[in-house]
Amino acid sequence: MTGQQVTIDNVSIAHANVSMHFDVRFEPEKITAIIGPSGGGKSTLLNLVAGFERPDSGHVRIGSEDYTHADPADRPVSMVFQENNLFSHLDIQTNIALGIRPHLVADAGDRAMVTDALQRVGLSGFEKRMPGTLSGGERQRVAIARALVRQKPVLLLDEPFAALGPRLRSDMLDLIGQLQREMAMTVLLVTHQPEDALHIADAVVFLDDGRIVAAGAVSGFFDRLDIPGLGDYLGDRSPQTGLPAD
Amino acid sequence: MLTRRQTVRSLAAGYGVLAGMALVIGAAVIALLIAAADLSVDDAGFFNVAEFFNVYVWRVTRFTLLQAVLSTVLSVALAIPLARALARRQTFFGRKWLLRLLAVPIGLPPIVAALGLIEIWGRNGLINTALLAGGLDNPISIYGLPGILIAHVFFNMPLATRLLLTQLDRVPSEYWRNASQLGLGQWATFRLIEWPYMRSHIAGIAGLVFMLCVTSFTLVLLLGGGPAATTIEVAIYQALRFDFDPQRAVILALLQLLLTGILLAVLASIGGAPQETPTLGQPTRRFPGRGYLAQSADFCLIILMALFLVTPLLSIAFSGLSADFKQLFSETIVWRAITTSLAIASLAAICAVTLALVLIRARYAALPLVSHNGWARWFRALAAAASSLVLLVPPIVLGAGWFVLLRNRLDVFSLAPVIVITINALMALPFVMRVLEPAHTTHMARTGRLTASLGIGGISRLLLVDWPGLRRAFLLATAFAAALSLGDLGAIALFGSQDVVTLPYLLLQRMGSYRSNDAAGLALILGLVCLILMVIADQERPRARTETAT
Repeated sequence: MTGQQVTIDNVSIAHANVSMHFDVRFEPEKITAIIGPSGGGKSTLLNLVAGFERPDSGHVRIGSEDYTHADPADRPVSMVFQENNLFSHLDIQTNIALGIRPHLVADAGDRAMVTDALQRVGLSGFEKRMPGTLSGGERQRVAIARALVRQKPVLLLDEPFAALGPRLRSDMLDLIGQLQREMAMTVLLVTHQPEDALHIADAVVFLDDGRIVAAGAVSGFFDRLDIPGLGDYLGDRSPQTGLPAD
Repeated sequence: MLTRRQTVRSLAAGYGVLAGMALVIGAAVIALLIAAADLSVDDAGFFNVAEFFNVYVWRVTRFTLLQAVLSTVLSVALAIPLARALARRQTFFGRKWLLRLLAVPIGLPPIVAALGLIEIWGRNGLINTALLAGGLDNPISIYGLPGILIAHVFFNMPLATRLLLTQLDRVPSEYWRNASQLGLGQWATFRLIEWPYMRSHIAGIAGLVFMLCVTSFTLVLLLGGGPAATTIEVAIYQALRFDFDPQRAVILALLQLLLTGILLAVLASIGGAPQETPTLGQPTRRFPGRGYLAQSADFCLIILMALFLVTPLLSIAFSGLSADFKQLFSETIVWRAITTSLAIASLAAICAVTLALVLIRARYAALPLVSHNGWARWFRALAAAASSLVLLVPPIVLGAGWFVLLRNRLDVFSLAPVIVITINALMALPFVMRVLEPAHTTHMARTGRLTASLGIGGISRLLLVDWPGLRRAFLLATAFAAALSLGDLGAIALFGSQDVVTLPYLLLQRMGSYRSNDAAGLALILGLVCLILMVIADQERPRARTETAT
């Protein structure tokens, strides 16, 4: 499994009276942070890639294939949401095994994969636990474990760590960074925190008002003065200061 | 989030159900209209308005409206102080049970309640005995307007109280703290806090109660006294079953249709009937009047209302237990009635839930299309309206339509089971939708994208995701629909015969032949079955979630 390029080719979508237009390419095997104000279209962009929203016009390509009209399950992507990633009435093992095959019973091979994935996210021995007994951070780790067993070349993260404290968030980002290096996935990370981008991303895409305002390498991105709206969005917070030591 | 194939299938099924419902209800209405057109021209070819709306029809209409107005005013006027007293007194012994008691009339078959009310308020009942002993020699009569009002208050006052209580529970606790800090008196608290919160819902609640009283059938049938105290629905029944006067039934049915149509339009314009929403369940810290007077006034009211509600239930239990069950159960017809009732109720419940699920699914499938396709919005509105169509065309009117339609073509009574099941299912549909749709919406918000992205479909989706997520709502809806059908006397009163006998129908027969012991025993059985169903349903009622499941 290697990462594939994600192309949003001249996509227009009308969304509750707001019309959005996206035209952007996400580099393969890289982590791209998608930032911007609320309602700017960050989640819509991710939903277009995942197939939860269909464009009015334009194309969504992953690798060389056109997935504009494909159903979510048929796309080579995994997505981790902010919440409700797990079926709360099913144990952790079943929740992860559903990522391998959406069937009723997991066989021995499936179970071995689940155990392996749990180990990689640091949750060994959690197979029989129920989601309700896990902390928010642990539940998100399970969701990531499921994304791992799905072995899809593209991983979409829709503010998955927004509800976590700073320390946990930093740990989770480290985990994502490490897994991405191991598996060479293409990762799209929607976040509100410029620090997150600086922490693990290779590139940044800044969205505002349903448009891609700027895209570029992460280094120096937040110091750029040529991006309209970026200063407003960041306020007087300079993300370069107070960074956790990397 | 559905795949294209799922979307197409869901919409197709939705259209199918809508078409079926249009056929069932439309056929009844058209049959009535054609019959009316036939009789509007008399033998000489003249249209006779006086004949059309004779004295009887007018009197029945006037009484229908009069009893509904009085019932509504009484129910709501009593519910306001009771809701207020219950909201003020958050912690007293038995409060939880009292709140449950308020929910009992919703699931109680009207015929059972009527029997209990007669035992308490009737000529030989508790109240009249007490009044006689107190020196009054003119007992209250349960039959006629007073009885109808008592029965309607018995059913609708608790409903209105619960709805108002929901509103009062919504007042932020800071308001109460502020009120006590500012030293607001009782009247000021009512005027400034409680009334504004209740006021927004009073119109909707009153509209709902009015609607229920206008279409009330069983209570009026049992407690109404002759032509002076008859509503349109009961008059339709009498015209069809006793006077063999289908012409009058047709006129009355169309009149009722007109009336409910106007009422529904008014109800919609005042914002529709309110719904009971689960609150957080934490007792709000209230700082009620601690004065002796305020406290005793509140508790007097609470105790009086509790007695009013609980005495008929107790009397059903007591007189039911003294019935000769051995003799009762040795009768084949009793067993036949029980099995017929259970069969009809379960089939009606399954039909109602299935119809509701198809409509909900179709509405959900149409949702993403709304922003682009005008028809999707229409479709969603249509599906929602269709589920409540039975409010516009009450069971008796629907039954009358089918009665008129089939009368000369088939043996109406041989089709009774099918017609009763259909009418009962349609009757339960609005309630079932109200339970299932919010549950489905929450369920899909939690799992829709996840199941779509994992590609879980077919049987594994049903067993792994949908059944665990929707089980509670499903059982609640099924139990409620079954209880509603079990206790229904409307459809079966029109179509029942010696061959098709349900428990309420048998109960009515036994009451009619003054076998009150039998009636009491049957009422106990019927009441218990419905109560058990409602308890099951209440257990499964989704409570306000405290855990944050991911």
